[in-house]
Amino acid sequence: MSAWLRQHWQTLILTFRRLARNPLATLFNVMVIGVALALPLGGYMLLQNLGSVSRQITGNPQISLFLARDADKADIAALEARLKQTPGVRALRFISREQALEGLKQSENLSDVITALQTNPLPDAFVLETSGGAAELEKLEPQLKALPKVAHVQLDSAWVKRLEGLLELGRTAVIILATLLACGLVAVTFNTIRLQILTQKDEIEIGKLIGATDAFIRRPFFHLGVIQGALGGLAALAIVYLCMQILNRSILDLARLYGSDFRLGFFGLSDCLALLAFAALLGWLGAYMSVSRHLSGIEPQ
Amino acid sequence: MISFSQVRKSYRGGHEALSELSFSIDDGELVFITGRSGAGKSTLLKLIPAIERPTSGTVLVNGQNIGSMRRTAIPYLRRNLGLIFQDQKLLYDRSVFDNVMLPLAFTGHGYKDAARRARAALDKVGLLAREKANPVTLSGGEQQRLCIARAVVNRPSILLADEPTASLDAASAAEVMEMFRSFNQVGVTMLIATHDQALLQQFNPRVLALTQGRLEA
Repeated sequence: MSAWLRQHWQTLILTFRRLARNPLATLFNVMVIGVALALPLGGYMLLQNLGSVSRQITGNPQISLFLARDADKADIAALEARLKQTPGVRALRFISREQALEGLKQSENLSDVITALQTNPLPDAFVLETSGGAAELEKLEPQLKALPKVAHVQLDSAWVKRLEGLLELGRTAVIILATLLACGLVAVTFNTIRLQILTQKDEIEIGKLIGATDAFIRRPFFHLGVIQGALGGLAALAIVYLCMQILNRSILDLARLYGSDFRLGFFGLSDCLALLAFAALLGWLGAYMSVSRHLSGIEPQ
Repeated sequence: MISFSQVRKSYRGGHEALSELSFSIDDGELVFITGRSGAGKSTLLKLIPAIERPTSGTVLVNGQNIGSMRRTAIPYLRRNLGLIFQDQKLLYDRSVFDNVMLPLAFTGHGYKDAARRARAALDKVGLLAREKANPVTLSGGEQQRLCIARAVVNRPSILLADEPTASLDAASAAEVMEMFRSFNQVGVTMLIATHDQALLQQFNPRVLALTQGRLEA
């Protein structure tokens, strides 16, 4: 066990030394992997932020309930009592047709039109605050429609659904992108390892001649693949973090105009570690494929 | 103990390098293999560490059958053999010392133990003072001695040398042969392929003479 660990440790040091000996080549390989990973990673970060924004906005979805024109005070009182007992309704606010008209008069563009009206065309309305997401809202709708003296039910879940649909689309796009670029990463590693095997052809041949096992000969290439993948993952995180900082400068200005302090947030530690592990795994896979393909061809003559 | 019985080795295209070869070499023997180029000396030597496999017949090395040996067992066979090549096969991207350390890297020796053994081997071939040098800077004779140090660092029971003196001047060749004799004196089985007649007269050893892949009577 300790001999096995020591051999791995020695190989690790050797691999880092080799990478350091060709700093430019190493840098470019890491860059290629880093940029390839940064694209889906950046998309994922944006989606995560958008998702949290949409959850914030839709935390209290509202329903507007417009009453029939012939509803009188008794009807309204009865309806209010029933609404208060309806499960899923968290709070409700009554807006009388007079209040609604006053509200419209306040808005600059419409005040002329409103004053020209002879009668008040607006109905009485309830604004309901509900608990739960778009799906529950949808379930509530037919119940509310069936209530007496209710003329129209307006859900504000339609655009929530649209946003959720868009986010879902974005997620799918990121997954496709990530899959494609993961294949790219494996291919890059495959090629790097192939070149490394060709460069070390003599060493491999001599190693085999003097009694190196296949496992011993393979080991440094696996290390190289894993280290290169992990370094690429690190580069991807750095690229996305940098882009986020740059974007945040503009976003902060924009958000201030809307009286918000919204800004993009970065991944947590566990997400970062998961990405590094994933990148290292892809590197290992590329190395495995390359080693299986190229190493057996080198035999001492 | 090395024993060949009815060994035939033919390559693709029908060229028969060795045919009906039977002999055996006891532990601690020093044997020369002679013959003109193409007589099959190198092929014979390559059969022992399983670089080549016999087409038919049996090659036994320390009781192991080379012909039927599994691929994964070959490294362990080779660790018990010291191989010395005409072209040395050194690694020029590392020092003399690291070249000798190479065989110890995969036998699981600790660094201190390995370094001690490597220096002992370098001392035996007179290269201890050059341990930090790059092999490129060594003379032909020194490179051959470095190759020998690498071959003996694992203390093999059998040393195989393919034309070890072919590219050396007479003085260096004599040095190398003197080393071989000293290894043989401590019990190492030596198998040396050469076409250098002067060496033979000097040693008067057992000789396996090959002509077109067959042993001369």
